[in-house]
Amino acid sequence: MNSLFDTYGDAMLDAFWVTIRLTFWSAIGATVWGTILAGMRVSPVPVLRFAGTWYVNLFRNTPLTLIIVFCSVGLYQNLGIHFTSESSPTFIRDNGFWLAVLGFVLYTSAFVCESLRSGINTVPLGQAEAARSLGLGFRQTLTLVVLPQAFRSVIAPLGSVLIALVKNTTIASAIGVAEAALLMKEMIENESDQLFSVFGIFAVGFMILTLPIGFVFGYASKKLAVKR
Amino acid sequence: MLSAVAGCGSTEPRDPLADARDGHLTIGVKFDQPGLGLREPDKEMTGFDIEVAEYIAQYLGVPPDGITWKEAPSPQRETLIKNGEVDFIVATYSISESRLRAVDFAGPYYIAGQSLLVRKDETDITGPESLENGKKLCSVAGSTSAQNVKEMYPGVQLQQFDSYSSCVEALSRGKVDALTTDDIILAGYAAQYPGEFKLAGEAFTTEKYGVGLAKGEDAARDAINDAIEDMIDTGAWRAALEKTMGKSGFPLPDPPQVNRY
Repeated sequence: MNSLFDTYGDAMLDAFWVTIRLTFWSAIGATVWGTILAGMRVSPVPVLRFAGTWYVNLFRNTPLTLIIVFCSVGLYQNLGIHFTSESSPTFIRDNGFWLAVLGFVLYTSAFVCESLRSGINTVPLGQAEAARSLGLGFRQTLTLVVLPQAFRSVIAPLGSVLIALVKNTTIASAIGVAEAALLMKEMIENESDQLFSVFGIFAVGFMILTLPIGFVFGYASKKLAVKR
Repeated sequence: MLSAVAGCGSTEPRDPLADARDGHLTIGVKFDQPGLGLREPDKEMTGFDIEVAEYIAQYLGVPPDGITWKEAPSPQRETLIKNGEVDFIVATYSISESRLRAVDFAGPYYIAGQSLLVRKDETDITGPESLENGKKLCSVAGSTSAQNVKEMYPGVQLQQFDSYSSCVEALSRGKVDALTTDDIILAGYAAQYPGEFKLAGEAFTTEKYGVGLAKGEDAARDAINDAIEDMIDTGAWRAALEKTMGKSGFPLPDPPQVNRY
């Protein structure tokens, strides 16, 4: 066990750092896109509602591995979509990273949207009606009155979505992003006699990342929830 | 039969010789490696590993219809042996130090070396050194081949996928310049897609493929070593290689010396 840390200590820090960066950018992207989707799903425009519903059902029900592999095989290899110059010396590493982030944003935003929509349902209808009677439009009603309250009521579920995202980043190893799961594969390949120690190390590593998220979001949800 | 049934739920390693006396063996192989261990659409098994496994089984007195093939993906091989889910494994299984701490090996029955597969019209790539100026290379995530390249040729851009077939796809689309793993595996892909790919340069590592079995089954290991030596001596080894790798255009090597440690 100690020899594992001696040999792989630095590599583990590097790999978990990639996991954290994947999570960070994906969480930001998913929050933004998920909020827009939630707005679409409660909007008065039927086409937007339809598009939002369609999107959520499509991405929520597609296996994440499929989405991530599609980002690489479909978007990059077939359609030629890439995020850095193809002649860059670190092209494969950077492009793979952002393709994975794109995949996580596409997938996780569906869950953010649904959490947020349930939060919107906790805001009494009268508030939206009052906002309308004051002359606010739909966008103002949503951004000034409804969403701030909705977010505060769904902090705990958003924490669960974030925890799921941290663990889901392991799928990025399928397209070669050098995060924790890929290092785990290397260690299993090299240290086949210490399988359970290797699994144990990574299980603990992920708990170190996810347990604090649970505590922080749990605490924040108690503090910030709108008391009704 | 009874022991075979009893073996299913056990977590004890199996004794291949006892199973062979009962007329039945469970052998771990790859299902997705053309030319080595491949399950055809009609569920028939083909490849050099399969030929070796069948020869060993026959030598131990088990006919081909007494063999149950079990898929042995690389990360699970030691566990399958330790838990007694297979009698032994013939699945491009390189003998390495850390694996020798977990399981025993008979053989080697083949000596492979890491090499490169490129598109047929490729002329710039002549070996791993020629990849260093930012060429793109593909391998399987976490595999020894991928790690070798990262260590020995840091200037190479390495794309890692979950499977070699994704790499073959990327290679044929021109998104990577080469695919690396053991030469015999590459030769299998070259044979599967005739006229599309070729091997480039010399092998730059040595991988000894052995038959993996549970630690301490010394009698079984001796018997399997005998079987491999017999296969080499009778010419069946070369014939099997010819049959499975012949059309890849890959120069067939000489048989290895079995190592009775």
